[in-house]
Amino acid sequence: MIAQKDLIPVDNGGDPTKETFVLNLGPQHPAAHGVLRVLLTMDGEWIQRAEPVIGYIHRMHEKMGENRTWAKFLPNTSRIDYLSAMHYTHAFVGAVERAAKIEVPVRAEYARVITSELNRISSHMVWWGALLLDLGGFTPILYAFDDREKILDLLEALCGARLTYCYYRFGGLYNDVDDAFLKGTRDFVAHMKPRLKMYRELVTDNIILRKRLTGIGPLSADLCRRYGATGPVIRGAGVAYDVRRAEPYSVYPKLEFKIPTYPEADSMARYLVRMDEMEQSLFIIEQALDQIPTGPFIGKVPRVLKLPVGDTCYAVEAARGRFMVRIVSDGKEIPYRVKLRTPSFSNLSLYEEASKGMILPDALAMMGSLDLVIPDIDR
Amino acid sequence: MNFLQTEPIRILLYLVGICAFVGANAAYLVLAERKGAGRIQRRPGPNEAGFGGLLQPLADGIKLLAKQVMVPPGTDALLFRAAPLLVMAPPLMCLAMIPFSDSITARSLNVGLLFVFSFGSINVMALMLGGWASRNKFAIISSARVVSQNVAYEIPMLLVVITLLMVTGTMDLNEIIQQQGGGFWKWNLFKVWVNPLMPVTFVIFFICMLAETNRAPFDMAEAESELVAGAFTEYGGMGFGVFFMAEYANIVVGCSLATVLFLGGWQSPIGVLSGGLWGAGWFLLKLYALIFTVIWIRWTFPRTQFYSLLNLSWKILIPISLFTLLLTGAMMKLPVVYNHFF
Repeated sequence: MIAQKDLIPVDNGGDPTKETFVLNLGPQHPAAHGVLRVLLTMDGEWIQRAEPVIGYIHRMHEKMGENRTWAKFLPNTSRIDYLSAMHYTHAFVGAVERAAKIEVPVRAEYARVITSELNRISSHMVWWGALLLDLGGFTPILYAFDDREKILDLLEALCGARLTYCYYRFGGLYNDVDDAFLKGTRDFVAHMKPRLKMYRELVTDNIILRKRLTGIGPLSADLCRRYGATGPVIRGAGVAYDVRRAEPYSVYPKLEFKIPTYPEADSMARYLVRMDEMEQSLFIIEQALDQIPTGPFIGKVPRVLKLPVGDTCYAVEAARGRFMVRIVSDGKEIPYRVKLRTPSFSNLSLYEEASKGMILPDALAMMGSLDLVIPDIDR
Repeated sequence: MNFLQTEPIRILLYLVGICAFVGANAAYLVLAERKGAGRIQRRPGPNEAGFGGLLQPLADGIKLLAKQVMVPPGTDALLFRAAPLLVMAPPLMCLAMIPFSDSITARSLNVGLLFVFSFGSINVMALMLGGWASRNKFAIISSARVVSQNVAYEIPMLLVVITLLMVTGTMDLNEIIQQQGGGFWKWNLFKVWVNPLMPVTFVIFFICMLAETNRAPFDMAEAESELVAGAFTEYGGMGFGVFFMAEYANIVVGCSLATVLFLGGWQSPIGVLSGGLWGAGWFLLKLYALIFTVIWIRWTFPRTQFYSLLNLSWKILIPISLFTLLLTGAMMKLPVVYNHFF
């Protein structure tokens, strides 16, 4: 809760040249994507203190997990971070499979990798367009959504949803990946490669963009570690931490890909990490398309799922970083506890410390480079 | 005909004409901008109202007029209402000086250029008043930005104009155009024998013009992703509409001035067909080509940082324009020095 005293500016000791004011950024501000509110104590255009106020769309996902069956909670996970629903369902499904020791067919694992990586690209396209909007460039987002549309069409044909997918099921998939999807994905990879090259030439190498991101908002590896920042944020600080390699899951160990890191730790580094990640995702998809075997798409799952008593964790590399599900079962049909570790929450936590002394437009550029999704923070 | 030539009637006709020109331009440049943005972003743009969206400005105008003019509590109500008027008046005044053709000028003054610049500078004051009167933190931050931005860019712009004045020797806009007659190589833009940096001065003038009119990539006044809507945050209905139209009216003035000073105004680029209505045609062609460039830039580039905007002016544009000023002076005095000694 915000106390009244927080809205009163810092005492300036009677010196009018040190006068500050509180700028209430959000929850309905065009730069905050969603209902994030940041209370900025400003000295002119310089930020003295930025306090994020969260919880405007808290939906009690963790509590909801405690009063419905394992299967019924599955659609909830895709609504936490609506932009990378595949990864989030993957984490929950993976946790349940690990606890119940359900075998997943190899074909299903490959299909999960393909759809997850497609989802990563679509999520990064939204981030890219939105960041450029934050920087005042209006055109890229329409190109980004054009590409994203192709992914959404593919996934819609596969599982019926365009945003909040519930494609992964315990032990496999909702339905098989058909030839039309595999061909469509190949076509998309062929389409996306020249597009990424075009974006690099037109946007990444633009001098105004470079000036606005290079050297802005440095987040050192130490700062990232203290606040638990993961994903492109910590990779942008030069740490090659990727859950797909650090805690291998699914068939990622069989696939080759690089973990893009940039030691500069500024907003440009985070930008470049995500741009490179999209290329790596395309590379992963190509390999998975080549390797995907035939066979069943769902394993043997008991009709009434009762997990053995125990405590299980499963982490995935979501588009924004490490998403982990911890489930505690007391042997009943309903979970005892579902703990969700979301990346955006940690990535936002460092904002207060990192934005100190920054000028307002730069602080907002840095916020854009963190790629926050508010439902992911509030849960 | 004689009746139309009498002074009061003439003034009235030009007054109505300029108001109509500014109004039509402001309304249809909004449409042109949205259509242009649509083309650049691979979407159709407004296309529902009227044939191909041609009635869109009318629909927008009716919508804005039908809205209540809200004066938020605690604002300076008088300044809050006066600011949209103050922002719209200067471009109207400036256009009275602009020669559309050799025979179409509302009021030809021998200090026309000075007049345009003195009225052009009022624009920033109106934005500042609007931001100040709004009693909104975003608006006041924006006002402070507008003032420092306009002060920073007025200087290189005036230095460039002084360079040009040394070449032309007159402040009468019509005379400046007449000096540029006889083909595009006679335009001030290409007068490299007077000053080899003439094209650079045009670029400086154009950049300053973008900054003075608060257009992207220098749109610090609005900066919607940082300051909601900048100085216009509290404005709604026609108050906002007038600010919006004034932006386009200012672009028209800025581009007209660039056309007059550098691109030969109503002079034909090929040396023939430059009088009367032909002249007006050439003038409008050049004017709209420049305006299109302004629109094109907005939809291509992201916004600059505020301090790099100021750095650009103080550290790059002002030194370069000072140097061109010096160079032009030296090149003009060179024959005098030569004759004196040899």
